[in-house]
Amino acid sequence: MTQDIRPSPPPDPLLKVQNLVVEYAVGGKTIHAVSDVSLEVARGETLGLVGESGCGKSTLGRAVLQLRRAQSGRVLFDGEDLTAMHGDALRKMRQRVQLIFQDPIASLNPRRRIGDIVAEPLVISGVRDPKKREELVREVLGAVGLDPSLVMGRLPHEFSGGQCQRICIARALVLNPEFVICDEPVSALDVSIRAQILNLLEDMKARFGLTLLFIAHDLAVVKAVSDRVAVMYLGRLCEVGPSEQVFAHPAHPYTALLIEAIPVPDPDVRPAESVAVGEPPSPMSPPSGCRFRTRCPRADQRCNDEVPELRELAPRQFAACHHPLIAAG
Amino acid sequence: MTEPALLSVEDVSVDLPTPRGNLRAVDHVDLTVGAGRTLGIVGESGCGKTMLSRAILHLLPKKAKLSGRVMFDGQDLVRLDPERLRKLRGRSLAVVFQDPMTSLNPVLTIGTQLIETLQEHLELDGAAAKRRSAELLAAVGIPAPEQRLTQYPHQLSGGMRQRVAIAIALSCEPKLLIADEPTTALDVTIQAQILDLLAREQRRRHMAMIIITHDLGVVAGRTDEVAVMYAGRVVERAPTPLLFKNMHMPYTQALLAAIPRIDAAPHTPLPAISGRPPDPTRPLQGCSFAPRCRYATGLCHREKPALTPAESPEHRFACFHPILAPAGVGA
Ligand SMILES: Nc1ncnc2c1ncn2[C@@H]1O[C@H](COP(=O)(O)OP(=O)(O)OP(=O)(O)O)[C@@H](O)[C@H]1O
Ligand SMILES: Nc1ncnc2c1ncn2[C@@H]1O[C@H](COP(=O)(O)OP(=O)(O)O)[C@@H](O)[C@H]1O
Ligand code: SF4
Ligand code: SF4
Ligand SMILES: [Mg+2]
Ligand SMILES: [Mg+2]
Repeated sequence: MTQDIRPSPPPDPLLKVQNLVVEYAVGGKTIHAVSDVSLEVARGETLGLVGESGCGKSTLGRAVLQLRRAQSGRVLFDGEDLTAMHGDALRKMRQRVQLIFQDPIASLNPRRRIGDIVAEPLVISGVRDPKKREELVREVLGAVGLDPSLVMGRLPHEFSGGQCQRICIARALVLNPEFVICDEPVSALDVSIRAQILNLLEDMKARFGLTLLFIAHDLAVVKAVSDRVAVMYLGRLCEVGPSEQVFAHPAHPYTALLIEAIPVPDPDVRPAESVAVGEPPSPMSPPSGCRFRTRCPRADQRCNDEVPELRELAPRQFAACHHPLIAAG
Repeated sequence: MTEPALLSVEDVSVDLPTPRGNLRAVDHVDLTVGAGRTLGIVGESGCGKTMLSRAILHLLPKKAKLSGRVMFDGQDLVRLDPERLRKLRGRSLAVVFQDPMTSLNPVLTIGTQLIETLQEHLELDGAAAKRRSAELLAAVGIPAPEQRLTQYPHQLSGGMRQRVAIAIALSCEPKLLIADEPTTALDVTIQAQILDLLAREQRRRHMAMIIITHDLGVVAGRTDEVAVMYAGRVVERAPTPLLFKNMHMPYTQALLAAIPRIDAAPHTPLPAISGRPPDPTRPLQGCSFAPRCRYATGLCHREKPALTPAESPEHRFACFHPILAPAGVGA
């Protein structure tokens, strides 16, 4: 089934994902990892993508990059359909779109020196002159706050998690991409290093004029860097809208639940007891109708029978819910 | 505190031999936890939180050297014979780790593991132990507990596994539960559920608890007292409300400021703490936080500040130039 979504489009979408479906086949069963997701990211914007582990965030990111081919749907980057692209054309396009992973240490080859790791995308994209490569590597390492002369000759195990994430960011930026997908870039880091890396990403975005898709499961982290947020649950989009608006007035009960679950560093704010009931059902047999209905306090028969479609409930705020928390207006 | 301390950690240090030289993981720590109370221990990665909890449990690496006293329920755990200690652990003193697989055996069913623990410490026959196991799983919020007993750890989600690990830890009604980052590996929603579960079981059992985390947000609403650790030492310690209203140590303040706040506007720069904690094999002469502290003076680089009482004796901090204006929340 296709949803009929007509979001008032952001001014200049660099990325458009249309009705994307990605499935995995495991032991004769189908995992519905991404089901009919549509979204847009405007040039220069940061779109935050949140949701619990296993809801399909990474799969969506990988499908945008064509690292995983979608079952159906389109991915338009700067007007061109990546899902229809192959070989050289796709390789060229990939220089403009980069990915940063959650686990910084695991995503660096332990036997290669930092200088070579960061230069690798340059080699692949055909920058032949070693002098030129070194110059670009030095420049980008400096930009992410590392001393090129100190780090280039060393191996990944000599660096902390935060430093490894800086190296990954340098590697992603060395080709001067336009679009960067950050897949939980700070989830493995502790509070103080997390703040350093978030600030660095913001600086890099301004400096290199980047557009970002920022994936995380921590809403406070997402809010710190995103202009708009998209909330996913069990393969489907629940809500999309301007960050401030969504956090102040969530429309989807799942968004509200995620917000309530954030621990607040203030002893006067008592944690809301058991806001989050149960765990997400299996993506192999997602519930009929609204996929959130097994955990939703507002669920009724209609939620069981009908898939809710994304509707614009406030300016630029869309939610897929039969009984949203804010009235359409 | 009205009740006498259930646990008192007295001048505990832990040294680990490494190829780079001696590593002091825990440095002269003093702490107390009263019966039924919750202590939060916070600090960055590598500051000694886990080593301190392992020192309390006497579960240190073989080569580690422990000094000081750990008084628990009237006995010095450091000098207790291994057999008595093993009995105590699991019975009166229980632990939940960050990765539930640390305490679960992958090749045994959940039921076997629960039943074995119960039978080792309590005199229960097979049927009674099985019944009790199902009750425990139900208590930690696992649906259809009888069926779960026959499952293996890998058949459960991360949140479920942590519930099982908690059920095993609670099975013998411990007096003290140490939870080392019990929710760091879990999603926010599941994290809230697990923390609620721990709080509920604690109230019901009048159990004391130590929660170790690097998230001051987790500590704020769920502890009676907080100890902030840095480079192996306790650098500030206070009843939770007092700490958040009036934190004195620049490190504590920096740790709080670095948390992205849900009420801040997008793109607000975070006051990050620059740099990393010092290399623990190369201890600094002065305050360990000095290289990263914006209030540091010559004195801070020369001498180590002692943990001294603030306005109220239960609030202690280690800093030559404490922040005295009310700070913290909302500041
Ligand atoms: N088995 C070991 N052998 C040698 N050094 C160790 C060992 N385990 C830990 N350390 C060191 O002891 C110090 C304290 O480590 P500890 O694990 O207690 O930190 P932590 O505060 O729990 O950190 P995290 O937040 O990452 O869990 C660190 O410098 C660490 O590298
Ligand atoms: N390579 C794969 N093969 C089979 N199933 C997968 C694969 N990658 C992810 N999945 C499954 O697809 C769903 C979505 O996963 P993922 O996109 O990684 O979620 P998230 O990034 O939101 O945690 C999950 O149920 C996950 O187990
Ligand atoms: S559609 Fe129904 S079940 Fe789904 S979120 Fe809305 S109220 Fe809840
Ligand atoms: S003693 Fe000095 S360096 Fe240490 S925290 Fe206080 S002001 Fe900063
Ligand atoms: Mg993922
Ligand atoms: Mg630890």
